[in-house]
Amino acid sequence: MAGFDKRVNSLEEALQGLTDNMTIIVGGFGLCGIPENLIAQIARMGVKGLTVVSNNCGVDDFGLGLLLHKRQIKKMIASYVGENATFERQLLSGELEVELVPQGTLAERIRAGGAGIPAFYTATGYGTPVAEGKEVRAFCGRNYILERAITGDFALIKGWKADWYGNIVYRYTARNFNPAVATAGRITVAEVEEIVEPGQLDPNEIHTPGIYVDRLIQGTFEKRIERRTTRPS
Amino acid sequence: MALTREQMAQRAARELRDGDYVNLGIGIPTLVANYVPPGIDVMFHSENGLIGVGPFPTEDEIDADLINAGKQTITARVGAAVFSSEESFAMIRGGHIDLTILGAFEVDIEGNLASWMIPGKMVKGMGGAMDLAAGATNILVVMTHAIDGKSKLLNRCTLPLTGRGCVRRVLTDLAYLDIADGAFILRERAPGVSIEEIKSKTEGRLIIPDSVPEMQL
Repeated sequence: MAGFDKRVNSLEEALQGLTDNMTIIVGGFGLCGIPENLIAQIARMGVKGLTVVSNNCGVDDFGLGLLLHKRQIKKMIASYVGENATFERQLLSGELEVELVPQGTLAERIRAGGAGIPAFYTATGYGTPVAEGKEVRAFCGRNYILERAITGDFALIKGWKADWYGNIVYRYTARNFNPAVATAGRITVAEVEEIVEPGQLDPNEIHTPGIYVDRLIQGTFEKRIERRTTRPS
Repeated sequence: MALTREQMAQRAARELRDGDYVNLGIGIPTLVANYVPPGIDVMFHSENGLIGVGPFPTEDEIDADLINAGKQTITARVGAAVFSSEESFAMIRGGHIDLTILGAFEVDIEGNLASWMIPGKMVKGMGGAMDLAAGATNILVVMTHAIDGKSKLLNRCTLPLTGRGCVRRVLTDLAYLDIADGAFILRERAPGVSIEEIKSKTEGRLIIPDSVPEMQL
């Protein structure tokens, strides 16, 4: 068992080996399904010069916004960063480098990274600024651009339930980028709401098999909501 | 009279067909969900990983793990399915979405779409718009025809593109138009809007058929 027991005892242990100038890939969409305690731990560690790959960059005082605030991010690779005033300030002042990637291309680049596919062709972005400098090739009369895979030194994900083996189940749209991100890290760290005993998860219902997960830690989550929208009861 | 946002959503909703899987963009397209014609069933796709978006939750139903692509809290309807981002975009790129309704800053007679970036202003990112533009087989653009008298239906888009040659139908606050053979073809006009007004506010080449009926909402 021990060889497959992915549990670690502390956030320090979960992120051991994460140092300056590394590339980290982080799951989540907006603030939904983000590994919020791992991110907060990186802010406490103070590592700098990070390249961060994530669909968004949190908000000013939560999620990846914490790392921006402490100027720990050198380059951000994301599809949408409109929720964050610090981001805009650092971008305009030249402190922060940004690569904007179409959301589906970002997901597929991460998926490809984890699946050993170095690059792939997609029609997304052809004829737009995204295509600049990229190889174009026609298949069946349609033009596609070549996009490269993404891998990271660390991949940080958030799950709902996991067993000791690191088999993970996600909940609703908190799944988002997490399964792809899980596959693309040299070291993948999963933070979950609940760690259950071996045998408690149905093998038929695992979303991320434990083979992708190196370290596992249970957290308590604020789960902040970005746009609370309701209808009258 | 130019259509209100709600009326535009109402007209756009008439494009829905029973059994359609539909992706709605941010803004006016989102309102289309409020006007699904009676007697038909459609499933709304949210690119962050849900097909079968339900109504907004009541205060008691709010769940931080259940949001739409605009980051609003939502519910999942009966028949819904949850999936990952890479699978969500495989659905989009693979042409599995029956109808995509998107907003735009500009469109042109070649079907080019500009909707994500205004140079000189803060660039927030394209999100999923470029994937939708490239992957959708059936796109309806819903947009304002002219802003401050300046036409947004052009011979050639002036802003950086979201997608090339991807738009075949446009609904504006003044008209419903097809794009074909390098021109806008006027199909319907908003109630009380004259062909003259549409003509004066359309910079791109415009074909006006003999009969241009008033829009039914």
